[in-house]
Amino acid sequence: MTTHSNNIGFVKRWIFTTNHKDIGTLYLFLSLTMFLVGGTLALLIRAELFQPGLSFVDPNFFNTLTTMHGIVMVFGAAMPAAVGLANWQIPLMIGAPDMALPRLNNMSFWLLVFALILASSTLFMEGGGPNFGWTLYAPLSTTYGPPSTDFLIFSVHMLGISSILGAINIIATIFNMRAPDMTWMKLPMFVWTWLVTAFLLIGIMPVLAATVTMMLADRNFGTSFFDAAGGGDPILYQHIFWFFGHPEVYVLILPAFGVISQIIPTFSRKPLFGYGRMVAATLAIAIMSYFVWAHHMFTSGMPLAGELFFMYTTMLIAVPTGIKIFNWLATMYRGALSFETPMLFAIAFIALFTMGGFTGVMLAIAPTDFQYHDSYFVVGHFHYVLVPGVIFALTAGVYYWLPKWCGKQYNETLGRWHFWLSFVSLNLTFFPMHFLGLAGMPRRIPDYALQFADFNAVATIGAFIFGFSQLIFVFNVLRTIRQGPTVTSQVWSGAQGLEWTLSSPPPYHSFKTPPTA
Amino acid sequence: MVSTIKSFKSGPMVRENRLPSVSRTLKLILFGLLLAPGLCWSELKFNLPRGVTPISADLYDLHMTIIAICSLIGLIVYGVLAYILINHRLAKGAVPATFSNNLRVENWWTLIPFLILLAMAVPATKVLIEMDDFDDAEVTIKITGMQWKWQYQYLDQGVEFFSKLATPPGQIYGTQTKDPWYLLEVDKPLIVPINKKVRFLVTSNDVIHSWWVPELGVKRDAIPGFIHEAWARIDTPGTYRGQCAELCGVDHGFMPIVVKAVSEMEFNVWIESQGKSLRVTQPAWTLKSVLPKGKQSYDRNCAACHQSDGTGNPPLYPALQSSSVAVGDPIERHIDLVLHGIEGSAMQSFADQLSDQELAAIITYERNAWGNDTGDLITPEQVQQRR
Repeated sequence: MTTHSNNIGFVKRWIFTTNHKDIGTLYLFLSLTMFLVGGTLALLIRAELFQPGLSFVDPNFFNTLTTMHGIVMVFGAAMPAAVGLANWQIPLMIGAPDMALPRLNNMSFWLLVFALILASSTLFMEGGGPNFGWTLYAPLSTTYGPPSTDFLIFSVHMLGISSILGAINIIATIFNMRAPDMTWMKLPMFVWTWLVTAFLLIGIMPVLAATVTMMLADRNFGTSFFDAAGGGDPILYQHIFWFFGHPEVYVLILPAFGVISQIIPTFSRKPLFGYGRMVAATLAIAIMSYFVWAHHMFTSGMPLAGELFFMYTTMLIAVPTGIKIFNWLATMYRGALSFETPMLFAIAFIALFTMGGFTGVMLAIAPTDFQYHDSYFVVGHFHYVLVPGVIFALTAGVYYWLPKWCGKQYNETLGRWHFWLSFVSLNLTFFPMHFLGLAGMPRRIPDYALQFADFNAVATIGAFIFGFSQLIFVFNVLRTIRQGPTVTSQVWSGAQGLEWTLSSPPPYHSFKTPPTA
Repeated sequence: MVSTIKSFKSGPMVRENRLPSVSRTLKLILFGLLLAPGLCWSELKFNLPRGVTPISADLYDLHMTIIAICSLIGLIVYGVLAYILINHRLAKGAVPATFSNNLRVENWWTLIPFLILLAMAVPATKVLIEMDDFDDAEVTIKITGMQWKWQYQYLDQGVEFFSKLATPPGQIYGTQTKDPWYLLEVDKPLIVPINKKVRFLVTSNDVIHSWWVPELGVKRDAIPGFIHEAWARIDTPGTYRGQCAELCGVDHGFMPIVVKAVSEMEFNVWIESQGKSLRVTQPAWTLKSVLPKGKQSYDRNCAACHQSDGTGNPPLYPALQSSSVAVGDPIERHIDLVLHGIEGSAMQSFADQLSDQELAAIITYERNAWGNDTGDLITPEQVQQRR
């Protein structure tokens, strides 16, 4: 710890900080906490689903659990973790002293905290928490939503503002504060993916705000946006929500792609294969993500032309995504691989995200989607791209950069226990869900027919192992912050990039003069 | 300060040569867990049903085709990954190559996936077009999703009923043993004939539901205020079960669908046995809803003589305002007068000109307008009885 940060006191440092490293740390701790909250909600869900019959929770609370699990994980765990990594790493990687707008950075964080507190508090409000799925479909959420729905809407407004302000900050930083000879085509992939993600956020968050504002109006101001009786249309809700919702999942995965692109070359001791095409593929994915939203609505009564259009565009996104997977494999090919914990998570990402990609192609095929839609097949698909996809990549990033941030090495043995337990248990949890969906089990049900019992039991066992395994990670991270073998600035022998030229930990204010890239 | 632990050299930190101390036995146990599902093989269902309609069969075939293609690609990708993980390791003494580009290879692995997707899109388009053909339906059934049951209305046959979950709460809450079709049984299944094109008109009364029967290859969202079509031609008699497939509130998991496909003859017999219970859905018959219609009909049919304000033109055309017929008892006298008229006078019989509903509306209006205010509400049935 430098004397600068030691002198100013705990509250002033952590509440009023404008330092990108501290704000990054704050985001990461917030994300870890919310990950455990969201995980607890998931374990409650899986506990109820362990056997047929209603055992612990009433169906309404079950619906609240599934809703809040989704909201907490997407907005409380995944997005803040990615922002935390961005805050820590982007200035270090481009040779900037801090983010372009440090005070805005602070505000974005605390706004997020208040938004998540408000969202979590809805669980305890009269009438119960939101119980209509994280997708908030009208009219279940408008006409039939409990009073807490309005507070969830306010929370979503704040979440959106936090993301928009953060995105503005990231764009301004990357555009204006790169070291003099860091040209665009020398930008690290993590910075590229976050740049594109920031533009996506600015595009879609206002749309989400509009969606929930229309919900608020239908609920409180007598409008009929989503009510046929007043001339509106429930399908309008779905269009506007998914216009946000689909690019949102790319907001979740692109930073993860960026992390993988940093880790694979380091532990392969070989440069990233096809850097130019990787950048192009990232841009292609982001642009195309705006044209696919109605693949979430294939069964809602779309005309044939609409079904065909969205089927074709959705299938097309597989091309740039596949390019990325091939480029990572080509990076590893004829490299000299070592398997430290970050690399284990990155390799598992490649294998299992690809699995999610295959089921994604299956879902894109509109006719067969009529059988998959709103079944556990979809749940299996998105948990594969989210858990061994987003979560594994972000976890890998933490293991990768934690020694740089703390100046101490995490415990490798614990890291490997964490990895193997997580890897095996997540497959136990989510792979059977594909079979459940194909066998006919719908989503979001608290109780199910006897034919679905066995796979549900297996999934619950896997979920509990997975959940408790994350405590190994928590312990490892907290312990490393306090103690551990000292590391050098290079940390990993194959690592390249400006962040590895700084000491571990880096100075509180780094790159006070611009470096040469 | 660099620690003096031996495994860290003074240069870049490396952990290249030692594998960690997670015991091999424990790793085997973990992998064994992955195989655990195989132990409960006998009752497990892994795949989509082929189903009993041409569409469900096409969907199954398309599904298997896509899986086959993805499996092939997966075999290649995972094969390459495995090869790399085994052979290109620092611990094995590999020396890393330095290439980072190969435009030719990159072009191939852009083009080939695109062509594979094109190949997938062709049969997918065909099946989608096949599904989009709602003409020449032989039976039409309107399906209304409600919280938390389905209503089925056979529009041409005039049969309608509700279909609710039949599983008793005791089974759900664990006080009784669950029967084999737990949560997939209803009190009144949907009966349809085989080998006939059945068209489903799906809507909802409240929130979005979704009518899904996997073996028919049908899933259609039930959107309140809108009607969407689906169809099926079932080729095998039997019982086919499905569930609501859109979160619709508390009992979303408790509103199953049961379709019984029977021979045409059995279907006709069943229809006959149902009795015509279908009422054309009318808005509620209340004073508030009837008076405006009554006024409209009165103005069109009666005001010519009795005037819009009910004052008439006595003695030929009596006033209805404060008239003993319009405010007094019995009501049947009023109805008879309008229905049958007065022989030899200007008051004609309206029995053949106007329906029961219209007559009831007019008479209701006459008994309540212009300060008459009896509060009487005359029903079409009352008019029908006096014919």
